[in-house]
Amino acid sequence: MWDILTIWSASPALSVAVWLVIAMVVLYFGRPHAHQLLQTTGRAIDHALRLAAVSVRQLEQRVSTRNRDVLVAQGREATEQAVEREFTRVKAIVDRELGHYPALHRELEETIEKVESDYQSSTQNAPLPPEWSEVVQTISSLPSSGDPTVKKILNEIKGSVENAQKETLKAYQKDAQERHKILSGMASDWRGLKQNMEKVQKSISSLDGRTESIDRHMANYEAMRNNDDKALHSLTASSLTQFFIAALILAVSAFGGLINFHLIALPMSEMVSGGAYFAGMPVSDIAALVIIMVEISMGIFLLEALGITSLFPMIGRMDDRMRKGMGIAALVILVIFASIEASLAYLRDLLILDQQQLTQSLAGAEIADAQFRWIPSVAQMMLGFILPFALAFVGIPLESFIHSLRTVLGLVALGALRTLRVVLRITGGTARHLSRMLISLYDLFVMLPLAIERMVARGGASLGEAAADRRQRKDEETEAAEASAEDGGAKSGGKQRGRKRRSGEERQTPNHGAEPTPVEG
Amino acid sequence: MNSINPIQHDPHAANASDRRPRRARAAAAGLLTLMVVLLAGCDSGPHNRAAVVLIDISGEYAAEIEKARRVTSLLLGRLDPGDSIAVAFIDNTSYSDRNFIARVDFDHRPSVANDQKRSVHRELEAFLDRFSVPSAHSDLTGGILLARDYLERTRAKDKQIFLLSDLDEDLKPELDRDGPLKLNGIEVVAVNVIRGERDNIDPAHYRERVGHWQQRVQEDGGRWDMVNEIDRLPRLVAQR
Repeated sequence: MWDILTIWSASPALSVAVWLVIAMVVLYFGRPHAHQLLQTTGRAIDHALRLAAVSVRQLEQRVSTRNRDVLVAQGREATEQAVEREFTRVKAIVDRELGHYPALHRELEETIEKVESDYQSSTQNAPLPPEWSEVVQTISSLPSSGDPTVKKILNEIKGSVENAQKETLKAYQKDAQERHKILSGMASDWRGLKQNMEKVQKSISSLDGRTESIDRHMANYEAMRNNDDKALHSLTASSLTQFFIAALILAVSAFGGLINFHLIALPMSEMVSGGAYFAGMPVSDIAALVIIMVEISMGIFLLEALGITSLFPMIGRMDDRMRKGMGIAALVILVIFASIEASLAYLRDLLILDQQQLTQSLAGAEIADAQFRWIPSVAQMMLGFILPFALAFVGIPLESFIHSLRTVLGLVALGALRTLRVVLRITGGTARHLSRMLISLYDLFVMLPLAIERMVARGGASLGEAAADRRQRKDEETEAAEASAEDGGAKSGGKQRGRKRRSGEERQTPNHGAEPTPVEG
Repeated sequence: MNSINPIQHDPHAANASDRRPRRARAAAAGLLTLMVVLLAGCDSGPHNRAAVVLIDISGEYAAEIEKARRVTSLLLGRLDPGDSIAVAFIDNTSYSDRNFIARVDFDHRPSVANDQKRSVHRELEAFLDRFSVPSAHSDLTGGILLARDYLERTRAKDKQIFLLSDLDEDLKPELDRDGPLKLNGIEVVAVNVIRGERDNIDPAHYRERVGHWQQRVQEDGGRWDMVNEIDRLPRLVAQR
């Protein structure tokens, strides 16, 4: 390498200078081709990446549309379920509260009829005591004219009238008492009527609440049908929230599963051969894991059978009797496994106790009789029994996680595609600018020959200008001579001059530094 | 109330219900793939450990025999079901089966393994009770060869020799122990290497002795470690 470098002279500086001059000359002559190469390369990269960005954009749009469809479908499904649930509640309210409405109505009618008849009874006309007193007074005021017979007759009449008045008064009082009795009897009927009416009002207001809720769901549903952006944003936010909450609960369940595993792994090695390994794991550990997995599966089946989750549409499509049978079977298996786990937890406690005693005997210490040893034993057994049931509920967050995962994955894919598109555009633009920069650098390197070329071009241009001026003067002289000789020749001569002047100006235009290359031209 | 009937499904909603089995299938496939990856990621070689405790009962080191009880107890406490242990003593000629005090491959059932540990402990106790006369010579090489043979037979993943000795080999003239030890994959841990009277006079002798054994073990493919304070031993055992 050094030999090649110093081929021109023993002095490295001189040799480098010679090489530089040679390189400059070579690069100067190859300048148009180099420019073409750099420019086409930059453009090609830019175009290719632009095309790729367009494709990515199309893909992004498709993913976005797909995400939107999925989100809307999920939202619609959820709203439909919510509306169905609301209608079920309305039906339950109607069945419970208004199912007895005919009886209530009959009761109300009867009460009203009774009240009406009581009212009628209480308003029947009774003999008016004031009229009787007027009769007695009139008889008393009759003149007796001193005749004792008349007087006697009048006294008898008066006595009879007074007796009749007393009887009538008594009858009137009795009648009034009876009316009061009827009226006081009506009070309980009014109270009953009021209570029944309150009951009806309560049912109606409860139905009112349900109706408002249904209206709200229906408004959401309509917004989703209209592809309203607000509704879509709300669905996306809801889906993301569901995803994170479900992931959190699943993580908690995973820890629960881990504790469960440790609870039964040791006793399982007592039952299953711990010496055998499968894919690097003791078979006893795999057996413990299988027990936990089966418990989780049974829990999922139980939730499916109860209609709480809908991971398996086949179970949802089963008829109620079969689904109920399946739910009972899953529950029974779950209880059996929970019992097995409780016994394994007890066995684990015994093994640990044995290990402790061994450690104490190896250390030469006396084996202590541990007090309250039953507490951890019972706690472990309870934990072994309860944990399977707790893990059985993992189906709910699992379903939520799987449903929301689709949205989250869609959003992640969308973000990745957007980033890719931006990167492609930036890379394309950078390649294009890089090619321009390289062209400028290239020209910078060969600036000396370029400057010489420019100077030469300028010299040629100034010589051409002088010749044009001479020609112009000569023409003017000729024209002036011709004008004096002929009439009207000046106009055409002017036109000709104008053309010549323009062509002269065109020739004079200098070719500056950034000369157009064959490609640029 | 609005007049739209929510029960009347449109094609999108119908697709949503069709999507469910696909989701379930995708979830099941993902779970299976995860399990396969997890299972494939694990190796399937041996996972057990094997340890041999060699007790030097020669000369002045015989006074240190009580340390063997601590080391063995510690190991018995730390070994798991499926592991192996052997306890042997080093005397005039150590490369023979009579030198084994106890040797056992622990059962994989924890309860049985605990009984076996108790049995080993009892046998060691009986040996220590019986022991009274120290041997005149110490055939360390023979003891290490005996331990190596035992460890190779166990095919364990981790193989260790705990050597309770002052590392001062004194062979009987008729014994030939010049051959290589071939300790590939075996860790030799020298425990409680005490300093003798000669070391007190010339400390370089102690370092030279230890260095000689370290070099010999390492040249023959083994790993070397030394623990003089037995309290440090649990940490070394736990590191396995």
